[in-house]
Amino acid sequence: MSSVMALIWGVVAGLGAGIVIAIAALIGVWWERKVSGRIQLRFGPQQAGPAGLLQTFADTVKLILKEDITPSQADRRMFRMAPFLAFVPIATSMIVLPVAKGWAPLQLAAGALFFIAVPGISAAGILLAGWSSRNTYATLGGVRGAAQVVSYELPRTLSVLALCVLGGTVNLVTLQESWRWWWIAATALGFVVYLIASIAELNRGPFDLPEAESELVAGFFADYSGIRWAVFMMAEYGGIVAASAFAAIAFFGGGFGIRGVAGTVILLAITCVLATVMIWAKWTFPRMRPDQLMSFAWKVLTPMALVQLVIVGVIAVWL
Amino acid sequence: MSLQVEERRDAIGEDGRAVEELVVNVGPSHPSTHGVGRFIVHLDGEVVVKVDPVIGYLHRGIEKMAENRTYLQVMPLTDRLDYVGSMYANWAYCRAVERLADIAVPERAEYIRVIVCELQRIASHMMGVGASAADTGAFTLFVYAFDLRERIVELFEDLCGSRLTYNYVRPGGVSFDLPDGWLDDLSAFLGIVDEKLVEMDQLFFGNVIARGRMKGVGVLSAEDAVAWGITGPSARASGVNWDVRKHDPYSVYPLLDFDVVVGDNGDSYDRGRTKIFECFESAKIIRQAAAKMPGGKIHAPLPRLLAPRAGDAYDHIESARGTLGVYLVSDGSVRPYRMHVRSPAFCNLAVVSKLALGHTLSDLIVIIGSLDPVFGECDR
Repeated sequence: MSSVMALIWGVVAGLGAGIVIAIAALIGVWWERKVSGRIQLRFGPQQAGPAGLLQTFADTVKLILKEDITPSQADRRMFRMAPFLAFVPIATSMIVLPVAKGWAPLQLAAGALFFIAVPGISAAGILLAGWSSRNTYATLGGVRGAAQVVSYELPRTLSVLALCVLGGTVNLVTLQESWRWWWIAATALGFVVYLIASIAELNRGPFDLPEAESELVAGFFADYSGIRWAVFMMAEYGGIVAASAFAAIAFFGGGFGIRGVAGTVILLAITCVLATVMIWAKWTFPRMRPDQLMSFAWKVLTPMALVQLVIVGVIAVWL
Repeated sequence: MSLQVEERRDAIGEDGRAVEELVVNVGPSHPSTHGVGRFIVHLDGEVVVKVDPVIGYLHRGIEKMAENRTYLQVMPLTDRLDYVGSMYANWAYCRAVERLADIAVPERAEYIRVIVCELQRIASHMMGVGASAADTGAFTLFVYAFDLRERIVELFEDLCGSRLTYNYVRPGGVSFDLPDGWLDDLSAFLGIVDEKLVEMDQLFFGNVIARGRMKGVGVLSAEDAVAWGITGPSARASGVNWDVRKHDPYSVYPLLDFDVVVGDNGDSYDRGRTKIFECFESAKIIRQAAAKMPGGKIHAPLPRLLAPRAGDAYDHIESARGTLGVYLVSDGSVRPYRMHVRSPAFCNLAVVSKLALGHTLSDLIVIIGSLDPVFGECDR
């Protein structure tokens, strides 16, 4: 397409990604509250809208109406920038996901690498949030959060790399096209590693000490209120959806290789299932201690990912 | 904020090197559990080098207030000592009064007291275990534990009208007899309690992450437990086989068959698990007591204003936290001259300053949770 069309399409796709992630966050928060409610022998939101569907919308309106507080000690510009630095990379990474077989909003030759690399920038957002709050414990929470994200990048990357070796390409669209049913068995280990590493990347579930450090301490986003906090939450829930969608595309062939709308519907269904698994994990398990978290990444997940790589390498050579 | 950095103190360590210590205040209001306890923690990097518990944030002068009230008027004050376990807080005080005034309690009342106290023990342990789990992040277990606690609290509401501070066990007996159908509701509860406890045990204590958080954290040896005056599940988890119900029995406990739960390692994991197993034993006791309970009066005849002989009396019971004792001094008048409460939470909490050394801040939170302090009792 011509460069003007490409530019227009870029803007549209970018805005679209932002809207998609906002909707994903809206639905994600509602679903989390319902699922966690049911796990805890209660219903979750019920009053706002049918089955509480409008609850998140109501909460968002409330957050927008809140006073915008910036701590007087904090570094204003950095403080205000940090939530967006956490949010934008995750939204951006969703653009390369092939939502239908053979089509992605942005078809990059190195789509898989783009998807793995770009969300890592949000670690800087976490660090900046903690640092700019000028609150010693928020800083420590931010440092821990960033260290966690960086550590779990490795198993995540390796597990995706295993898939790229099988498919012989890092282009997500081509990878999806060349997906075969037996890949599920071959990359099962990698899938497990990817799922756990993604949960850790998002500072969620059993790995949420930096943010639920607010149980003990001020977490890295404790000084954020109102819509700034909501942006962090959008980053988190958007990340959940992005990670689940990527797993559905990569490990399950995005709708099991079925074309057209049916394929997209199945893709969304698998995404929802994986997102529910992440929610389930959060509300079932206690939190890991930071040192346990790190040793788990380096001593357990990374070796598992390397084993997966070896398995896949053997298969690829053998074929 | 519950956690504030107060200062950086530069000290000289034992080997002559300069040590930069971070002094952190785990403030009186915790975000989740336990009440108002403050811990001033000195950290060397991540490791705790010193912990000072600071208590008194819930001091209401209950012992002093007791001096200005008649013996019966003191009862609601005892509810608010250990507000998580009002029934046995009431009972400890009543035993002291009964010893002082030589009151004989009817048998039915004793059985009711045992049933109610053991139910309270289960409810209190559910609070303790649930709060410990919530500290480590397993919020679902907190809700499950509270589901069980809610059933008990509803039983108590049917019995005496209150959900938290019951004022039910009175000197000489209990205040109300069991309503019709209460024993059936109790059997319904006993029918589900065992499976729910097993479910909680597997869900939390069987979980590998919970094990990693709690095993080996805050190990209290049996000698230290005795030396520091620790009682209750915290001591029994360390292997100290002391339970007032068995070793200094009172009420109708000698007629009931149950085991004392003793642990091996004395770490936070064992302390939590001991509480769960004690709940099984309590359920056993309740079943036996409900079966054996005779009819009859529920209250000894007492004068309207009780004025015991001059003198003093001390009596203790096994509460969910340990040995809860009440010491009363009487000068012959209708008001106690002095009341003192031997609070297990107060005695148990001091050992935190030893247990947390060498652990991280996250472990400190787990240790405090496993000791299960209730600051109403600790501060009085």
